[in-house]
Amino acid sequence: MSQALADRTARTGVPDDDIAVSGRDISVFYGEKQALFDVDIDIPRQQVTSLIGPSGCGKSTFLRCINRMNDTIPGCRVTGELFLDGEDINSPRIDVVQLRARVGMVFQKPNPFPKSIYDNVAYGPRIHGLVKNRGEADEIVERSLEKAGLLKEVKDRLQEPGTGLSGGQQQRLCIARALAVGPEVLLMDEPCSALDPIATARIEELIEELKANYTIIIVTHSMQQAARVSQKTAFFHLGQLVEAGLTERIFTSPEDERTQGYITGRFG
Amino acid sequence: MTDQAINESGSESVRSSTVSDDAFRGRLKRRHAADRRFRLIGLGAILVALTMLGIILVSIVGKGYTAFVATEIMLTVDLDRSVIDPKGTGDPAVIGAASYGKLIRDAMMAAFPEVKERRKLRSLFGLVSGEASHEIRQYVLDNPDAIGTRQAFWFPADDNIDMLVKGHIDRKSAEGDRKVSNDEIAWVEQLEASGAVRTVFNSRFFSSGDSREPEIAGVWGAVVGSFFMLVVTLLLSFPIAVMTAVYLEEFAPKNRWTDLIEVNINNLAAVPSIVFGLLGLAVFLNVMHLPRSAPIVGGLTLALMTLPTIVIAARAALGAVPPSIRQAALGMGASPMQTVLHHVLPLAMPGILTGTILGMARALGETAPLLMIGMVAFIVDIPSGVMDPATALPVQIYLWADSPERAFVEKTSGAIMVLLGFLIFMNAIAVLLRKRFERRW
Ligand SMILES: Nc1ncnc2c1ncn2[C@@H]1O[C@H](COP(=O)(O)OP(=O)(O)OP(=O)(O)O)[C@@H](O)[C@H]1O
Ligand SMILES: [Mg+2]
Repeated sequence: MSQALADRTARTGVPDDDIAVSGRDISVFYGEKQALFDVDIDIPRQQVTSLIGPSGCGKSTFLRCINRMNDTIPGCRVTGELFLDGEDINSPRIDVVQLRARVGMVFQKPNPFPKSIYDNVAYGPRIHGLVKNRGEADEIVERSLEKAGLLKEVKDRLQEPGTGLSGGQQQRLCIARALAVGPEVLLMDEPCSALDPIATARIEELIEELKANYTIIIVTHSMQQAARVSQKTAFFHLGQLVEAGLTERIFTSPEDERTQGYITGRFG
Repeated sequence: MTDQAINESGSESVRSSTVSDDAFRGRLKRRHAADRRFRLIGLGAILVALTMLGIILVSIVGKGYTAFVATEIMLTVDLDRSVIDPKGTGDPAVIGAASYGKLIRDAMMAAFPEVKERRKLRSLFGLVSGEASHEIRQYVLDNPDAIGTRQAFWFPADDNIDMLVKGHIDRKSAEGDRKVSNDEIAWVEQLEASGAVRTVFNSRFFSSGDSREPEIAGVWGAVVGSFFMLVVTLLLSFPIAVMTAVYLEEFAPKNRWTDLIEVNINNLAAVPSIVFGLLGLAVFLNVMHLPRSAPIVGGLTLALMTLPTIVIAARAALGAVPPSIRQAALGMGASPMQTVLHHVLPLAMPGILTGTILGMARALGETAPLLMIGMVAFIVDIPSGVMDPATALPVQIYLWADSPERAFVEKTSGAIMVLLGFLIFMNAIAVLLRKRFERRW
């Protein structure tokens, strides 16, 4: 046992109690088709972990396991164990509503509600009963927008529809919306795929700031981005977790030749 | 062979034609010609449809607009105390029971002193509607001080006289071919010459119920009946249909059973309405013993008919809400119910309401099922609740269209115009809703 622990610590570079999310033997099936094969992974607390890999390799699928969004896909079945702070999130004792409050998600495509900017951010705290009055809601909205780096741009138009913002602003609004609930883990599925370099840089800065308080898991197709923002990197290929470890090591001396091939652009 | 060689010789040998030679230009011309023909055919189709619509509207309005005006005849009536209240009691019961028909007859004879013959007198008295005596009675009851004075009144003309004045009866045709005699025409012309005939806005048409007398028949009873019926239909079908659609679209697993339900709902929407009428007859009247020809039964029956329409519209509207909205809400930790109530349903509402209004408009125009549940009865009183006997607008149209009197022809067209007015109004609301809430995601 201690050997296994030591192994894991060696592999991930962090002591065991600093693991926020750990998956064991995770397989995901869409109907008959298996999309993830026996994934074992440990994700460190308050760091940024990036998931990379060619399109269709199961990155989003894995991300959706962590907040059980796969439950909402008809025909989707998840096996294996996934622990959030040592709790099995697939156990019947876990309430998905609470789980999703603890694990926020930012989707690949910005998807603000067609409501005002204010209501977008205040929605989570309201449904979870985190705010008792207007004043508290105002404060949370302001703080979340500030954290997402959007406050300056939208301060004077909080009542305007969130869908009227630019793509990058919408994505930051979605981040603010996720932060407003005060999650422990933030899942980001290619948050910059639709953004220009400036907006991308802004979001990367944001991730940098957020990692002090949140465990962040980000899916990205950009090697540079993974290298810039993340401390840990996991490489997926054809539904398998090929290799995971310190970002630096993955990019400089990958153990697997598939990883090597992917990061040097030989296939993807 | 080098790459370049393949390129050059390839384009020569594989393609026999390029996009700039004459053959291509010829084909291009034909394609554009086909394009133009296609557009012309479309235009033609629209033109045909519009012409049909125009013909229908012109014929209905042309026949029906005169229903909105009524002919009135002025008579100077001697409110003779010896007829109304000979003992001078002033008791409304006595005054109400007096023979006002005699006052009218006296007034008529005073206006046409030369008419003496009994048969002619009878047709003379028939110039004004039987309603005239009721009007005088009401006037005297309201103004008892007027007893003993002489007053000029405008009375509704009899329906045939009304037709004559409006020009629907040819004064030059042979006497036997028309409903009014030469004498009557002469009297009317005499009255017209003295300014005692006028046509006014027919407020009675919009305020009274059906009647055997065309000149006092109105659509209000049918309008109120239709209204009560639609209220019942809406209250019943809207919530049930929306719940059904929400469940099927948002919660139900996709399996054989839900497929079966879906197919059946689609089938139900295609079932002829008369079948729903028979069902209503069997269930609501024969089993549940609800009152015959009451709006509640009509409403229940129409609700059955409207249900699938709204379900289908609502499902389409729910399905058009982008899944990203659901994901966003669920990802925030909203429960499935909160996701539906806070996000999906509000976004789908304009579509659902549009479908509902169109379903309601269809229900408003529906006749066949109402005939089956006895709403075809002749009802004079304005219904005051969903349990009262009532008729509905389309049934009223059917009843009047079936009546032999010439005057009911224009009433029929008039009622059709009222019905069309309501339908256009409802459809306009549907269009407005769609425009108002059109969303971009
Ligand atoms: N809802 C679904 N139903 C069926 N199969 C799915 C579904 N979602 C994903 N898959 C399949 O699962 C596999 C993994 O998909 P996933 O979306 O996780 O890939 P990904 O790594 O996120 O790719 P990308 O980088 O293109 O987003 C793919 O083969 C895909 O076809
Ligand atoms: Mg993906």
